[in-house]
Amino acid sequence: MNPPMIETRGLRKSYGHHPVLRGVDLTVRRGEIFALLGANGAGKTTTVNILTTLLRPDGGTAAVAGADVVREAATVRRRIALTGQYASVDEFSTGTENLVMMADLAHLPRRAVRRRATELLDRFDLADAGRRKVATYSGGMRRRLDLAISLVADPDVLVLDEPTTGLDPASRSQLWEVVRGLAADGTTVLLTTQYLEEADRLADTIAVLADGQVAARGTATELKTLVSGEHVRVTFDDATSLATARDVTFVGMPGLDGAETDHRTLALTIPSIEPVRTIRAVLDRADAGGLAVSGVSVVKPTLDDVFLALTQQPAHQPAPEAAR
Amino acid sequence: MTTTTPAAPPAASTAPTRRSPHRHAPLRDVATMSRREARRSIRSVDGIITAFALPVLIMVVFVVIFGGAISGGSGSYIDYVVPGVLIMCLGMNSATAAAAVAQDMTSGTIDRFKTLPIFSPSVLWGHVVASVVRNLASAVLVVLVALALGFRPDAGPAGWLGLVAFATFAIVTFTWISAVLGLVMSVDSAPSLNMLFLFVPYLSSGFVPVETMPDWLHGFAENQPFTPIIETVRGLLMGNLETSTLLVACAWLAGFLALSLVAGSLLYRRRTAR
Repeated sequence: MNPPMIETRGLRKSYGHHPVLRGVDLTVRRGEIFALLGANGAGKTTTVNILTTLLRPDGGTAAVAGADVVREAATVRRRIALTGQYASVDEFSTGTENLVMMADLAHLPRRAVRRRATELLDRFDLADAGRRKVATYSGGMRRRLDLAISLVADPDVLVLDEPTTGLDPASRSQLWEVVRGLAADGTTVLLTTQYLEEADRLADTIAVLADGQVAARGTATELKTLVSGEHVRVTFDDATSLATARDVTFVGMPGLDGAETDHRTLALTIPSIEPVRTIRAVLDRADAGGLAVSGVSVVKPTLDDVFLALTQQPAHQPAPEAAR
Repeated sequence: MTTTTPAAPPAASTAPTRRSPHRHAPLRDVATMSRREARRSIRSVDGIITAFALPVLIMVVFVVIFGGAISGGSGSYIDYVVPGVLIMCLGMNSATAAAAVAQDMTSGTIDRFKTLPIFSPSVLWGHVVASVVRNLASAVLVVLVALALGFRPDAGPAGWLGLVAFATFAIVTFTWISAVLGLVMSVDSAPSLNMLFLFVPYLSSGFVPVETMPDWLHGFAENQPFTPIIETVRGLLMGNLETSTLLVACAWLAGFLALSLVAGSLLYRRRTAR
């Protein structure tokens, strides 16, 4: 097992009497894309600010690449880069000037500064825009420049605070692709998001933050099994068939007791551990009973279901922990 | 997946070593930040107007329009008013640092700088260095315009050198005060700081002698910092500087500078964007 690049234990932070973090434990491994998922006010940005040395925790510990964020802040700053919620690039400068400035601040050898700027512009598809002022850039271009700026010093850990908020779908998936490429090159990525799809598509591991605590953690697949298994959804042409199926034809089938009937869409949704077996049973019984079925599909739980289930229950309950 | 997705090529070849060889480079950091601020000043129409057009206009207004009425016709009012206009312009011009710092706080740029392993005061010193350069250029312009309008100072080479040194001291202090206030003011309110530097000098000996003001204003006008500061500039230009005036002016500036340096480093560490 490779060593953790980010590790927090019992992280606490309050603003006045209002607790924002109430004991956050996180472990992020090298080269991993780790998503911190939560609603507004769940404590995502506070966690990010502590990890990037912007904020001191009230209690608990946090370490980046083995260095404590409070006692060894200078070491942490050499290993980590932050891309904040808002693209923090200088509007009045060109793309190249922004990159050159950050390369200077990263204390790159002077002769390497220009080369590094050009290289990053190429890599992020901004070569043609390098001489233009950032004020003329689109939202997607700004985000890419922002990300390029974060990478000037080749950080071990990249922290992205809501990296795709406000981006159009094309720019979003383009950014996802870039982040995947970085992780493939060995950069550890911690990102916060309130988009379930983003966590689902991008992250190796997801921690759901609710009310200042980690409510659940695991892969997207693991988290989905927390709420419920899959369902088989059977639709019918008319209400009579639906009633017959439920009350006569399917009686005795596993899972039917927990099935939900939707009279508007004429659908019967049956919870199932083995959807294929359930589908076979549905079709066999329908055939035998001479019942017309208009459609059969497998419904997988979404992260939305997980998220709603987790964030609606009081957070002081023991956090369900998926396999790690 | 879109077709415009850029391929993520392998790790870059000129990527620096992960642990940078030059751990501390405070002078390079200050130079980098100063270049950034200089760029911001030069590219902002507002900045150019405040730095160069406004001082010239104020000088012209005081000398050409008010001058006759105030001095009752004799041409010597210009010799009296140049120091006041000069200090007022330096103050207003330095105050633009507040808006720039407030802007950086809002955009999250300061947060990013704080996560870098740099000499942290360099962010604020960048404003100060850029401000000194901009202000000295502006001051040269103001003095040239004044000379063209009939200003006849008695300063020798030592006086002019002393003036440059004293003006630099004042600019550094004014800019530090402004930069620190920029850390706590909103983007909307920060530009109003120049009103302080516009109006407080009026209540000094800069534009009319204190004796001509109402009695209740004398206490403030005689003892507020702009009076000794402007009197020092006047003394340097006219070759009749009193040591006590210079000392009081320097004490005010040093006091404000020390206070701003301490407040600045504390606030800079505590404040984060948003």
